[in-house]
Amino acid sequence: MIKSLLIANRGEIACRIIRTARAMGIRTVAVYSDADAKALHVRSADEAVHIGPSPARESYLVGAKILAAAKATGAEAIHPGYGFLSENAAFAQSVIDAGLIWVGPKPASIEAMGLKDAAKKLMQAAGVPTTPGYLGENQDPAFLTERAAEIGYPVLIKAVAGGGGKGMRLVEAPADFADALASCQREASASFGNAHVLIEKYILSPRHIEVQVFGDSHGNVVHLFERDCSLQRRHQKVIEEAPAPGMDEVTRAAVCAAAVRAAEAVDYEGAGTIEFIADASEGLRADRIWFMEMNTRLQVEHPVTEEITGVDLVEWQLRVASGEPLPLKQEELSINGWAIEARLYAEDPAKGFLPAIGPLEHLRFGEHLRIDTGVEEGGAVSSFYDPMIAKLIAHGSSREEAIANLLGGVDETEVWPVRTNAGFLGLLLEHPQFQSGDVDTGLIGRELDKLVHAPEPDAEELAEAAALLAASPGLGPWSGALGFRANAAPRAVVRLFEDSGTIHVVELDEIAVDEPAREVLTFDAGFARRYTLERSEGTGHHSAHDGDILSPMPGKIIAVEVSQGQSVTKGQKLLTLEAMKMEHTLVAPFDGVVAELAAVAGAQVQVEALLARIESAEA
Amino acid sequence: MSAPVLTTTLNPDDPQAQARTAHNRALAQELRSRVAQAALGGDEKSRERHTSRGKLLPRERVERLLDPGSPLLEIGQLAANGVYGEDIPGAGIITAIGRVSGRQCMIVANDATVKGGTYYPLTVKKHLRAQEIAEANHLPCIYLVDSGGANLPHQAEVFPDRDHFGRIFFNQAQMSAKGIPQIACVMGSCTAGGAYVPAMSDESVIVRNQGTIFLAGPPLVKAATGEEISAEDLGGGDLHARKSGVVDHLAENDEHALTIVRDIVSHLGPRHDHGLPLKEPRSPRYDADELYAVVPDDVRAPYDVHEVIARLVDGSEFHEFKAHYGSTLVCGFAHIWGMPVAILANNGVLFSESAVKGAHFIELACQRKIPLLFLQNISGFMVGGKYEAEGIAKHGAKLVTAVATATVPKLTVVIGGSFGAGNYGMCGRAYSPRFLFTWPNARISVMGGEQAASVLATVHRDAAKWTPEEAEAFKNPIRQKYEDEGNPYYATARLWDDGVIDPAQTRDVLGLALAAALEAPIPNRPAFGVFRM
Repeated sequence: MIKSLLIANRGEIACRIIRTARAMGIRTVAVYSDADAKALHVRSADEAVHIGPSPARESYLVGAKILAAAKATGAEAIHPGYGFLSENAAFAQSVIDAGLIWVGPKPASIEAMGLKDAAKKLMQAAGVPTTPGYLGENQDPAFLTERAAEIGYPVLIKAVAGGGGKGMRLVEAPADFADALASCQREASASFGNAHVLIEKYILSPRHIEVQVFGDSHGNVVHLFERDCSLQRRHQKVIEEAPAPGMDEVTRAAVCAAAVRAAEAVDYEGAGTIEFIADASEGLRADRIWFMEMNTRLQVEHPVTEEITGVDLVEWQLRVASGEPLPLKQEELSINGWAIEARLYAEDPAKGFLPAIGPLEHLRFGEHLRIDTGVEEGGAVSSFYDPMIAKLIAHGSSREEAIANLLGGVDETEVWPVRTNAGFLGLLLEHPQFQSGDVDTGLIGRELDKLVHAPEPDAEELAEAAALLAASPGLGPWSGALGFRANAAPRAVVRLFEDSGTIHVVELDEIAVDEPAREVLTFDAGFARRYTLERSEGTGHHSAHDGDILSPMPGKIIAVEVSQGQSVTKGQKLLTLEAMKMEHTLVAPFDGVVAELAAVAGAQVQVEALLARIESAEA
Repeated sequence: MSAPVLTTTLNPDDPQAQARTAHNRALAQELRSRVAQAALGGDEKSRERHTSRGKLLPRERVERLLDPGSPLLEIGQLAANGVYGEDIPGAGIITAIGRVSGRQCMIVANDATVKGGTYYPLTVKKHLRAQEIAEANHLPCIYLVDSGGANLPHQAEVFPDRDHFGRIFFNQAQMSAKGIPQIACVMGSCTAGGAYVPAMSDESVIVRNQGTIFLAGPPLVKAATGEEISAEDLGGGDLHARKSGVVDHLAENDEHALTIVRDIVSHLGPRHDHGLPLKEPRSPRYDADELYAVVPDDVRAPYDVHEVIARLVDGSEFHEFKAHYGSTLVCGFAHIWGMPVAILANNGVLFSESAVKGAHFIELACQRKIPLLFLQNISGFMVGGKYEAEGIAKHGAKLVTAVATATVPKLTVVIGGSFGAGNYGMCGRAYSPRFLFTWPNARISVMGGEQAASVLATVHRDAAKWTPEEAEAFKNPIRQKYEDEGNPYYATARLWDDGVIDPAQTRDVLGLALAAALEAPIPNRPAFGVFRM
């Protein structure tokens, strides 16, 4: 067994690997960039080595630095995690060449699966179904028409050199094929200077199904059942579950057997994932599930497989890398209940999923879920890396129970001030189509508008926030006689300002005898809100003479830095006046344009002389 | 600290109790509707004109200034009601104590929807009364200015005398000198004398394109010097915030200005710590609404004032002093909203013993620095040969001396009749209680209408020749005049009190007033005048 392990990664996956390694008595070595000097993975490891500046291409992606760190710390093995160098065959080879253990598949397997077309051909040879399609030199229309008929309508005609949706035609029926082909070829020729097209099966209700496989150096390959990762946003997985909803035993057996064949075809060792695309327009059917690609590493979503099989995949990786056989045989593996994972990202769904960065001043997770995270309260989300904060993983005896548990976990998730997608995750988990298992990769995109907007906060939340903000210390009536009005009904309203910009006018029905809170953070169903008492700060609009730049005293203009009509920004130097043996710099009071420029270098000016006039940019 | 719990003999199902309840509830209802009417301010057209300029109505300004949930203790809600032959609701000014940035402040807000916020005589009186309360209780003053200045037709009753317009600025200077913050927020006109409100303040705010401050407005300037200048250029926010330095903060609108005022208050520095031991407030054991059943519908009908005290004080606990001596004046210690209070309450006509007991009790309260509460329901001191001979005048004088020179805060509530020298002995307006409130059933006059009619009939030179019908014809207008002028609304319109209050709200009003009174330090050594022995 390996005695020491360097983890060539960061964040939650580094922490995840360290956890298992520690449990196995393996010494752990972390690596870190400048930005990660105080990161959780650094503190969790037995040792840590600084490997360079914050950008990954200068640290985590530099193989030589990783190898040097391993050498310096005497690490026996390197675990690449996912991303970064995990599917870099050359790096894997260099690890092996350095006499270290590479926790992953053989470089040849990585390479074989890395070339998508070659991998597809390899799979076809191994009897693994691949997406029907034609990609070849023969561009004869009659030939292509035949291919389309073989593939089965609807089909997509795509320019080989195309991209971005250009040079693409969806053909629903054979009668339309000839016209569509001609027009697509014309467009391809005009746009890309290359009339070559390919033909693909157009998948109506695509689902992303993947199978976890595991091989060892003794020639054993098993699968650990499937996962469904159909809930994606712009090809980014959002929610993953295992097993796949609607997967019957016959289909599962066929898909998993195909996955094992695929792994065997590349003589696979370690953890890998075979990704399939399924046409689920009529449910999951074995003849409508096709190989897409293989990921030759541990997946982000591996925990759902762990949760339903009871297997620690990292432990298996380390055992296999140490030369041990797989701990369990295929017949010893079974599915226990249901597991779902949601990826908690630092982003603002309401603003087009704009990435959010910043300090994690407040960070809490539910206590009843498995949380894989690489950050802690007081840490930060940096702009240098993937903005994932954590993976929330729920298990249940049934899918319903797993969903309910995960919803509970989303509800208990508290992150501030960094915006997160937690509320979006909650709405997604509650979406009737997800709840019924009727998922496909387009679901999020179609339903986006229902998923990204925070609902109105409930009355109870507002009342609680109001009570805290309106609290008044002291036992006396000036605190306690809530909203007292002589000879009239009490009036106790609080004008709450929510960070979204909404003002909530809330009736107070109780008041806390305490120092008033400066702000109240609430977390409800994943939506974080901050309330403060409304303050009217004014709009910052300028009045007529705000832009007048007057001479503050008699003096001489020694420099004019701007010209008439020039745009200036607030604080920008306009001109310099010399008076009383001092230089006085006059700056733009706000963003705008130099509408008038009376000042001339060298001129003597009197006090309050108009030197320039800035017209506000907002006007 | 503990004390026996007062018991009650009230039976709410008793027909008399029910009749009293019906009567007093109707009085309270009338009070509430009068107050609601006055609270509207000017007529609908003026209010619309006001808000169409982007200005908040004065009452809304006050509300926005307050801490959310803050109580508001208004002074003189019904001032000027029926006095001028035209509607001047609330005398065109709102004066109230409220909590702003955690601190009790006196708020004085002009109502420009009422005659342009100009100062009628009672407007001046109300403004000065608010300042008097602020000064006595060390409450920071916030002036929300929106006024055309003195009401010119009434200039003779507004301008020249000691307690007229100029006194406002005298008071500002005096309070500033005592460290009582003076804050002005100019939200409208602030012309001529009015210009001194912001100018005399410690810190001031103006609303741009809305507030103006000048000694003379554009028409007067044009007439005097021929200079043509706009109001904004003559005395607008930009001018005063950037050039003249008359104001310290420039706001964009009312809301912004009020936020700045709140910020100013949050930086006023430490407040006085009264150091009194406070208890956790507890409600009385008996419902405040039962006061309606306790108080008779005829001010002359006797009843036990313990029933009132039991519905005002914490836990209905009352440590009575000399219960068996001079029992027509009930004295004792209790707590209201957790604050200690020494109560003197009439339970019949004042005798020598009651007066001497009261003086003794006031000395105790001053020694112990416990605020005094007078529950006034008094027809007067006992009259007659026996009583004059035993020196009721000098015994009464002892009580009046004690009341006049007591150094602790005094609060008075007129819960029934307030007649003659009883008014003095029980801390009437002339004895400068920090606050004086009246119940709607109260009657205030030098004597009862019946007695006055009889006295005047008796001393009339033709009285001897009158038939009974003629005598009645003489007496009736006198009775009516006393009835009208003794009415609490007549009194409160003239600011003889700080307001008529619903009996059921008395405990809260007293709690708020008491807490406000404790903002000012209580002198260490009481200094009484000579007591005639």
